[in-house]
Amino acid sequence: MKLVTAVVKPHKWEDVREALETFGITGITVTEASGFGRQKGHTEVYRGAEYDVALVPKMRLEVVVDDEDAGDVVGVIAKAAQTGKIGDGKVWVSPVDTVVRVRTGEEGTAAL
Amino acid sequence: MSGNTAWVLMSAALVMLMTPGLALFYGGMTRAKGVLNMMMMSFAALAIVSVLWVIYGYSITFGESDSQLFGSFDHIGLHGLNGAAVLSFVAFQLMFAIITPALISGAVADRAKFIGWCVFVVLWVSLIYFPVANWVFDFGADGALGDDAGWIVAWGVQDFAGGTAVHVNAGAAALALALVLGKRLGWKRDPMRPHNLPLVLLGAALLWFGWFGFNAGSALAANGLAATAFINTQAAASAAIIGWLVVEQVRDGRPTSLGAASGAVAGLVAITPACAFVSPLGAVLLGVLAGALCALAVGLKWRFGFDDSLDVVGVHLVGGAFGSIALGFLSLEGGLLYEGRDIALLGKQTVAVLAVGTFSFVGAFIIGKAIDMTIGFRLDEDSEVEGIDLNEHAESGYDLTAATRGHRGLPGTPPVGAPEPQDARHDAGDKGSVNA
Repeated sequence: MKLVTAVVKPHKWEDVREALETFGITGITVTEASGFGRQKGHTEVYRGAEYDVALVPKMRLEVVVDDEDAGDVVGVIAKAAQTGKIGDGKVWVSPVDTVVRVRTGEEGTAAL
Repeated sequence: MSGNTAWVLMSAALVMLMTPGLALFYGGMTRAKGVLNMMMMSFAALAIVSVLWVIYGYSITFGESDSQLFGSFDHIGLHGLNGAAVLSFVAFQLMFAIITPALISGAVADRAKFIGWCVFVVLWVSLIYFPVANWVFDFGADGALGDDAGWIVAWGVQDFAGGTAVHVNAGAAALALALVLGKRLGWKRDPMRPHNLPLVLLGAALLWFGWFGFNAGSALAANGLAATAFINTQAAASAAIIGWLVVEQVRDGRPTSLGAASGAVAGLVAITPACAFVSPLGAVLLGVLAGALCALAVGLKWRFGFDDSLDVVGVHLVGGAFGSIALGFLSLEGGLLYEGRDIALLGKQTVAVLAVGTFSFVGAFIIGKAIDMTIGFRLDEDSEVEGIDLNEHAESGYDLTAATRGHRGLPGTPPVGAPEPQDARHDAGDKGSVNA
C-alpha cells in the first residue's frame, strides 16, 4: 500500500476531492496546513507597516491506496490541483506497512 | 431641566460604553495570545477608577476650592452632593476619568504585569488625570469661570470635550509608558499583526457611538450646542476615514479596514476639543486633515524606535494636539480664519497642549519607573513569549481546535474544585480508563 500526500492550494482542494471520488477513492483526510515553497509568502500592510507573512495557507490531503493505484491517484490529484501558477503544491508517495480499520479490525487492503 | 438631566445621564451611559468599545478596538489589534490582557486593562480601569471616583476622585477634581489646580476634600464619598444636575455631572465625568487611563493601555500591549498596570491606573489617575480634569473641566462656582475655575478653562482655552484633558493627556502618558516598559520582544522582527480586524471595527463603531455622548453630552444640556457638537462629531469622523484611506491608497496602494477604523477614531479625537466651536465645514476640514495626519504620524514609532504598540501616540497625542491647536485657526470664536480673529487663542491652545502633554509625560514616566523599580512593571521574558493571557490570567482568548474541546465525555482527572463524582466509574485513577 502507498500513502499519497498532496499539498494543494486551498481553493483547489474541492476539485481534487471531486476528481478522486470520480476515480473511485472512498475517503481522504484533509488538514489545513501552512508552508512555503518557491511561492514564498506575501506582504500585508497594517497602518503603513509592511509585514512579510512567510507562510501561505495550503490544504494537505492524505489518502492510502493500493500499490497499483498510486500512480494514477498522483496523476488525478496533480491534474485537478493545477492552475499553472507558482504555488500549486506537491504530491508525493510513501510506502505504508499496514492499515487497520478501527471499527471492524480489518487489516491491509481490506481496510481501505 | 429634567430633559437636560436625562441627556446627561444618557450621555454618561454612552461614554461608559466607549471603554468596552476601546477594549474591543485594542483587543482585536493585538496578537491572539494577548487579547484578554489587553481587554482586561480597560476593564480594570472601569473597576478601579469608578471606586476611586466615588471615594475621592470627584472631590479632588471638582470639589469647591480657591485653587485653579485641583478641587478639595469636601465631597469624600460623594458626601453632600444632592440633586439631579450635580449627580448626573458626577456620573458623566466619571466615564471620562475611566476611558482616559484605558486609552494608555494600547501603548503597553503584551508586556505589562497586570498588577503593575492596576497600580499605574490608581496613581496616574489620582496624580495626573484628576488635576488635569480640574484645569480643563472645572468651570468654578456657578460655571462663572472665576478664580476658582481650572486655570486652562479660566484662561480662555477652548477644549469642549477633552482634547487636552483626555487625548493629549493619555497620548503623552502612553509615550512615557512605551519608553519605560521598552519594546516587545521581537519588535520590528516578528510580524505583530492584528489578530481580529472585525473586533477592531466593532470596537471603533462602539467608540463612535459612545462619542456622541462624549462630545454632545459635554454641552451638559439638551440644547443647540449639543446638536452642533453632534453634527460636527459625525462630520469629522467621516471625513477622517476618507483622509486616512486616501493616504493609504496613495502610499500603500490599498485602503485597509484597519485604516478606516483608525481614521474614524482619529477624526473623533481631533473634533473632541473643537466640536462646539467650529462650523460643519470646519469639522469636515479638521477631520480630513486629522485622518491624513494621523495616518502619517503612526509611522513615527518606527523611525524613532519606541514600541507604542497600538499607536496611542500617533492617534491620540497627535490627533488631540492637532484638534486643539487647529482651533486657533478654525474656531468661530477667535480663530484666525474668521472675523474676530485673535492670535492669542492660537497661543493659548498651544500652551495648553504643551502644559498638559508635559505634565502627563513627566508624571507617567516617574510613576512608571517607580512601579518598575519596586513591584516590577515589565513581564518576564518567558511569560511574554508564551503569551501574557496564559501567564497573567491563566486563560486563553480562543479555543478553536477539536483537540481541546473537551468532548471526550469519559472520566479522567476532574478539574481541581470540581464537584465530587457520583458515578463509580469516576473512581478510576487512570486517565481515561473505564471500569468494565
